[in-house]
Amino acid sequence: MSQTKTNGPVLAADGTPLKKSLARALRVEKTRALMLIAPLLIFVLISFIIPIVSMLFRSVDNRIVDDTIPYTVAELAKWQPEGEALPPEALFEALYYDMFLAAEAKQHTRLGSRFNYEESGFSSLFRKSGRALDDLGKDYLKQLKALDRRWGDSEVWYELMSGGEGAQRDTGFAKAVVGRIARLESTSLTAANGFAPSAEIVALLPKTAEAYTTFANYTWLVDEAGRRPGQAAYSAQELAGDKPWESVFPALIQDLQTADIGSYSGPQADMLRALSETKSAFVPPVFQATFADIDKDWADAETWQIMKAHSVKYTNGYFLNAVDMKRTPDGAQVQDEDKRVLLKLFGRTMWMSLVITSLCVLLGYPVAWILANLPARSANLLMILVLLPFWTSLLVRTSAWKVMLQQQGVINDVLVWLGFIADDSRLIIINNATGTIIAMTHILLPFMILPMYSVMQTIQPSYLRAAKSLGATNWTAFWRVYFPQSIPGIGAGSILVFILAIGYYITPEIVGGNKGVFISNRIAYHISTSLNWGLAAALGSILLGAVLILYWAYDKIVGIDNVKLG
Amino acid sequence: MAALTPISRKPFWLVALITGGFGAFFGLFFGTANGSGALGVALGAGLMIALAFVYITLIRNERTGRGMTFVAGGVLGFVGGGLPLAVIGGLLGAVAGWLIYWAYEGRYRSYIAPYLTWYQVLWHFGFRVICGIIFIFLITPILVVLPLSFNAQNFFTFTPEMLRFDPAGYSLKHYQDFFSNNEWQRSFKNSLIIAPIATVISVSLGTLAAIGLSQSHVPGRRAIMAIMISPMIVPLIISATGMFFFYSQIGNWMEGTLGLDKNLVGYIKVILAHAVLGIPFVIITVTATLVGFDRSLTRAAANMGADPVTTFFRVQMPLILPGVISGGLFAFITSFDEVVVVLFVGSASQKTLPWQMFTGLREQISPTILAVATILVVISIALLTTLELLRRRSERLRGMSPS
Repeated sequence: MSQTKTNGPVLAADGTPLKKSLARALRVEKTRALMLIAPLLIFVLISFIIPIVSMLFRSVDNRIVDDTIPYTVAELAKWQPEGEALPPEALFEALYYDMFLAAEAKQHTRLGSRFNYEESGFSSLFRKSGRALDDLGKDYLKQLKALDRRWGDSEVWYELMSGGEGAQRDTGFAKAVVGRIARLESTSLTAANGFAPSAEIVALLPKTAEAYTTFANYTWLVDEAGRRPGQAAYSAQELAGDKPWESVFPALIQDLQTADIGSYSGPQADMLRALSETKSAFVPPVFQATFADIDKDWADAETWQIMKAHSVKYTNGYFLNAVDMKRTPDGAQVQDEDKRVLLKLFGRTMWMSLVITSLCVLLGYPVAWILANLPARSANLLMILVLLPFWTSLLVRTSAWKVMLQQQGVINDVLVWLGFIADDSRLIIINNATGTIIAMTHILLPFMILPMYSVMQTIQPSYLRAAKSLGATNWTAFWRVYFPQSIPGIGAGSILVFILAIGYYITPEIVGGNKGVFISNRIAYHISTSLNWGLAAALGSILLGAVLILYWAYDKIVGIDNVKLG
Repeated sequence: MAALTPISRKPFWLVALITGGFGAFFGLFFGTANGSGALGVALGAGLMIALAFVYITLIRNERTGRGMTFVAGGVLGFVGGGLPLAVIGGLLGAVAGWLIYWAYEGRYRSYIAPYLTWYQVLWHFGFRVICGIIFIFLITPILVVLPLSFNAQNFFTFTPEMLRFDPAGYSLKHYQDFFSNNEWQRSFKNSLIIAPIATVISVSLGTLAAIGLSQSHVPGRRAIMAIMISPMIVPLIISATGMFFFYSQIGNWMEGTLGLDKNLVGYIKVILAHAVLGIPFVIITVTATLVGFDRSLTRAAANMGADPVTTFFRVQMPLILPGVISGGLFAFITSFDEVVVVLFVGSASQKTLPWQMFTGLREQISPTILAVATILVVISIALLTTLELLRRRSERLRGMSPS
């Protein structure tokens, strides 16, 4: 027998140090495991986790306001409200141009509904204003045409704005305008395809240039972009034939008040000069009065204060709404009495889930006990009675309960036949909380029995016998010896049932009526009927938060890999 | 289990107590049904005690006694209210006859430990009665649906004809409606298209991932597991709304950029959404099977020259197949039974069977729903049987004795 004593590192068969070789083997194993997991993990992440996170993000996302009326938002930020004082003219002016574009793009109603979630009346206010904004421009056009008929000519305007052949164009200006349109339409647009005004006219008549460029690029890049193949693409020639929007005319009058036409020599210089000489005949627009004429709400400082409160990019408003509060100019406040429904609904969801969970514990414990303590053959037979409902379609069970619980249903019929209740005083046990609790207890009971059963199966019956032989009464033996060992089963089942109950939708929707619905039904209502997605997302976030805490607890107590099915 | 305790005949007062209680309980129902509960209690108890007395002291022969009560109950029921009451009466008679001798001969003690006191015996049987009531609660709704689906009327309740077992009260017309109505047939077909494909996706991806997860060195195992189980934990309404926004974008992209058919895109959306929902079940069942998997088998296979793919298909797969199939069944039933997500993600042409049932329950109530429900119950019984057989096979394969 020879003993070799080496001082160097232990070597593997191929001569590399064993440590290195083992590390490589481990790495290979890890990579292989990850490769097997990767396809599913990516699938779940992309099609489940990310969609949910981005949906929940809607609960704070308020960019719609800034995207639709950016100038107004900037002016609102500058304005310091004081009592009943109306905001400055600049704010009304910003809203006029913002709203004009939004109305042309038919996005103003969307914004109107957004504000309407906070204060009713905004939706109609915005719709009405969007329709009426044209009038101001039409009046000015009439006056302009009275002075010179050519002001009504589209090609004259195009020439004026583009500065004629070979003029230097201000592409940076056009880019900013196109960027704004893109944000409004939530798409990406490239300014290179559109219209850019001449640099000279931008410097001379900035507001007119902006109004016209907005019109030109919206028509070019959005309105006429969706042409069918075969149709010629929209071009500058076509643009020259299109009538500019009415917002251009008040802008021109405004610009004239300050512009120095004297040095201008581009196209239509004569027309501008003639206009400039008679400019005293034109009353410059007073947007405040224009808006007040459209609707008296615009002359109310409160309207503007509400808009200011909700003009941030990311808001806590939806979350405040979800807990029956609202975001107001003076900070968070409690919602009006008649609108306070959600906290009650959260409370009811919690309360009913708790009742259902406790009923499941009460009913499930004896069943699990008898299943775990009967001889295997009869236990398996009885197990079928638990597993059959578990495997039966949720809708089948819900429809069965509808059949059983309704006023002309089986339960009422039997009770009437037995004479326990009179025919004219049948129990009302559907379309209310009772109906939901009965049906959901039945539906969730197997989820309670199965985990309890698997825990109770592992409890040795000899412990109970030992306790009794040491002098314990039946009750003491159960309460001090058996029950503590079965607590993990109760815990696992309760959390599982509570998690499932708190997010239930189908059963409350069918048997719950108005008084037995859960927060899930409210979320579905806001997603598909009222379209207040932000509030739905906020409610969903709160619900998900509660469920995740319970999930975490479940993982700590039971471990997710120990979940057993069937 | 063999008899534990020698049994002896019991004194008459005990028999009278038990049978009297039984008689009083059912007498109460008949009493209230006919006007006076108290009278019913007294009559029921009296009748039962008298019967017990007659049987024990006069007839003595157990077979005759039990036969007589059974027939008498049936005849009385028939006279009182025709066929349905005859059945109930016959059943009650049989139970009553059995009960009298069960109590008199002391048979109830034979299977319970001899040292139990009388109240422990009482609790023993009381507890079983409680459990029986809970089992009845569990199974009744399903049992009620079955006969109602054969209703000849368009009602959700038992008609007098049905209670009389009159053949005119029963018909297959709701089944006929299900098999001939276009709406129902289309939704059934949709379910049969969507569920299997979604199952195949979740089973194949899920099995691979479960095998990966069961390796000994997986970094971030708990986090990965939590992510994969999450579709089961997140409330369905939240998953549904998240997927609604996500898949409407994906759908637009597939229709716009890839130029796919609108209908096809609809199916792809629903199938992918359902596949995600089925994944946790596959992961859970397959991981559970892999826990009991003997790793030395794969090493032995590798030792004998098999490459990993051969080892997987020839050694590992056959052994974990029961787990994979039962995971697949769970995934299938999840998709087949799913309403909320399809309601949000799908469009009208992807209407599945549960969706159709849901609208049926909310809007136009028709007993065709009950016919569908019965068919679904039969399907779930078939699935349950398959699952049980698979479980036994799995235990046999792993060398345990099936219980």
